[in-house]
Amino acid sequence: MQPLSNLIAEGERLMVICNACRYCEGYCAVFPAMERRLNFSETDLNYLANLCHNCAECYYSCQYAPPHEFAVNVPQVFAQIRARSYQNYAWPGFVRVGAWWAVTAGIIVAAWLAGARSAAGANFYAVISHEAMVATFAFVSAFILAAYVAGFLRFWRESGESLARFFQPSILLQAARDALWLKNLDSHGVGCTYPNQQHSQARRRFHHCTFYGFLLCLASTTVAAAYHSIFGWQAPHAYFSVPVVLGTLGGIGLLIGPVGLYWLKRRRDTAIVDIKQDSMDMSFLALLFLTSLTGLLLLALRETTAMGTLLRIHLGIVLGLFLTLPYGKFVHGIYRSAALVRSVLEASRGKD
Amino acid sequence: MGEQTIEADVVVVGGGNAALCAALVARESGVSVTVLESAPVEYRGGNSRHTRNMRCMHETPTNVLTDAYIEDEYFSDLLRVTEGNTAENLARLVIRDSPQAIQWMKSYGVRFQPSLEGTLHLSRTNAFFLGGGKALMNAYYAAAHQRGIRVLYNAEVTELHIRDGKFKSGRLLLNGQPAEFRAKALVAASGGFESNLEWLEEVWGEAARNFIIRGTPYNKGKLIKLLMGQGAESVGDPKQCHAVAVDGRAPKFDGGIVTRLDCLPLGIVVNKRAERFYDEGQDLWPKRYAIWGRLVAEQADQIAWSIIDSKVMGRFMPSVFPPIPAASIRDLALALALPAQDLEATVREFNLAVRPGRFDHQILDDCRTEGLNPPKSHWAQAIDLAPFYGYPLRPGITFTYLGVKVNERAEVQGLGSRTNVFAAGEIMAGNVVGKGYLAGLGMTIGAVFGRIAGREAARAAAQ
Repeated sequence: MQPLSNLIAEGERLMVICNACRYCEGYCAVFPAMERRLNFSETDLNYLANLCHNCAECYYSCQYAPPHEFAVNVPQVFAQIRARSYQNYAWPGFVRVGAWWAVTAGIIVAAWLAGARSAAGANFYAVISHEAMVATFAFVSAFILAAYVAGFLRFWRESGESLARFFQPSILLQAARDALWLKNLDSHGVGCTYPNQQHSQARRRFHHCTFYGFLLCLASTTVAAAYHSIFGWQAPHAYFSVPVVLGTLGGIGLLIGPVGLYWLKRRRDTAIVDIKQDSMDMSFLALLFLTSLTGLLLLALRETTAMGTLLRIHLGIVLGLFLTLPYGKFVHGIYRSAALVRSVLEASRGKD
Repeated sequence: MGEQTIEADVVVVGGGNAALCAALVARESGVSVTVLESAPVEYRGGNSRHTRNMRCMHETPTNVLTDAYIEDEYFSDLLRVTEGNTAENLARLVIRDSPQAIQWMKSYGVRFQPSLEGTLHLSRTNAFFLGGGKALMNAYYAAAHQRGIRVLYNAEVTELHIRDGKFKSGRLLLNGQPAEFRAKALVAASGGFESNLEWLEEVWGEAARNFIIRGTPYNKGKLIKLLMGQGAESVGDPKQCHAVAVDGRAPKFDGGIVTRLDCLPLGIVVNKRAERFYDEGQDLWPKRYAIWGRLVAEQADQIAWSIIDSKVMGRFMPSVFPPIPAASIRDLALALALPAQDLEATVREFNLAVRPGRFDHQILDDCRTEGLNPPKSHWAQAIDLAPFYGYPLRPGITFTYLGVKVNERAEVQGLGSRTNVFAAGEIMAGNVVGKGYLAGLGMTIGAVFGRIAGREAARAAAQ
């Protein structure tokens, strides 16, 4: 990775050119945010880079893109600045957690929790007790949540805005709409120019499958937890019960989404991305896909004797996914959403 | 290996807005079309690549244009800037067809947006291309590709064989290799000669060496010469070009929009003797923008400097090169290599002549000088708040006026009756705008005459 000072100097150089041109201001939130500034410090660039969705419209439309001597390539430089910012914001500090290590550790923990127990007939808790499962995931989730809150606070502190400004319902609502619709990958209805210059909604749709699939799986777990603790209804639940339907739908989304995003990644124009982030991106996609695959297999084979093994593998992979969350690709959602809030907030105030 | 021969019903020479409009329209009627673009693929699109809008008539507000801009007002604007140097029939054709041109462009995937920040004075008259001119060209080229139009890059036409008004064949360099091309009709849409440095020097002498070419390095004017050599009638003053003052540090070619400087009316402009030479506050900047290229070109060594102080920083569109700062006028003179005493005297004299007023750079305000020659009629404020800033200025050529004469069917005049040679875009824009300029008019001429040329070329090829 190039030294940070070079990267920031390059980002500043580009923004000075872009701010004198402004042809791209109709594309996304980045350029109006840029126009509200005359100077571009490291914190400005962190913000703009996280606001950038890497749609690449601005690159293909740029009269100054390479081989022009100005060599303007905003999506690529912003991707690099973004990667650096993930490390800077990480709490308590950045740790590189490889997917294989995380999964291995996860499976070891799951195997340790399960011991030598075996069971069939979907009797999950006979393999790993409910208490052990809850305790393990509660501990890991609490850590992830703390890491995200701390990372968010580090990002937001750079804006110089108070936290109260963040929590304004009208601002949050608008930003949530932009984030949940991926408005900045829509390009006014025709989709973005990823992976290779032709406008397409593919990335947006596969991201929707992934994100909403993840959300449905989270909802499934939450409902199941409520069933257990409030109503005393224990897993396994019927195939058409709420947790199983939510989990199945989410699981399907998490199969289609990551595969689709991987397929696009194979076809992308490498000029517009930071290929050094591929391992981070791929780890995340692979873990999401494997979480879903093993979860659905577990569901399908829960009545058989394979259940015990599958449960160990599935929980191990989920645990592995969780271990990578605070330092992996997932964080883009935190900082991009916060950047969207900041951009809506700034736009609501007009020019500084 | 034998020499390549390129054949098509219609050959379009050029690769910008007018050329692609002609190619797409000709293809609509089913004839085969080949585009010969002299630039490599990365630099395709001629000067259209640097544009951002087109001037468009409309009677009611549209999604990207406010209010109304009717034919008579459009034409009277054109009469005013050209001082009558326009063929009314062709000009009205362009104006009347401009709304259809926009609709047609949209049907090929071109997207429009309201005017950009900082260009509100154009929100009524000009429709902006979403993402600018390169995005426009990308849409055209994608459409051309889909429709089976052959596009050859690095294809520079070197000869045209025209007999009795009929084009039969020509020669070109394709990736540096000589080749031949044949067609039943030819569209010349290859721009002006503003990037032909030798030609510029023939016209303007050694001063031309200090000119900056704002756009493509590929507009060499070869086709203008070839057509005129075959008897084509010319239009437009061969000694005129459209030039603005750009940052003197701009690249020789292709600097585009980011090298323009909007700070001139907010300070004073001096030449290398540190003397003022023109009223910097004569009129609102968009209207006066285009006179400064010529004014700077008339100064010794074709250079001048815009001098401002801290009061006006942030009041103009930022440009790509940072201003040169200094703590005093004397230091500024040293930094800009100007005679220090003379610059101090010029600033002192200017500051003393400034009358009090209410500064407002959006209107013709009442801040002016008194007893100063040349005066500064508006936005005159004392230059007295350090730090001071300077920007070097050079003439930046946008386009040249010389071209070939056409009729309402875009037929090149002088080659013979019912010729199969048509022209569109900058190569014939001088028919409509023989002097001066209206922002966004070039793209309208290109879109309207490009489509006419394409239609007529297809018709000629089908006969």
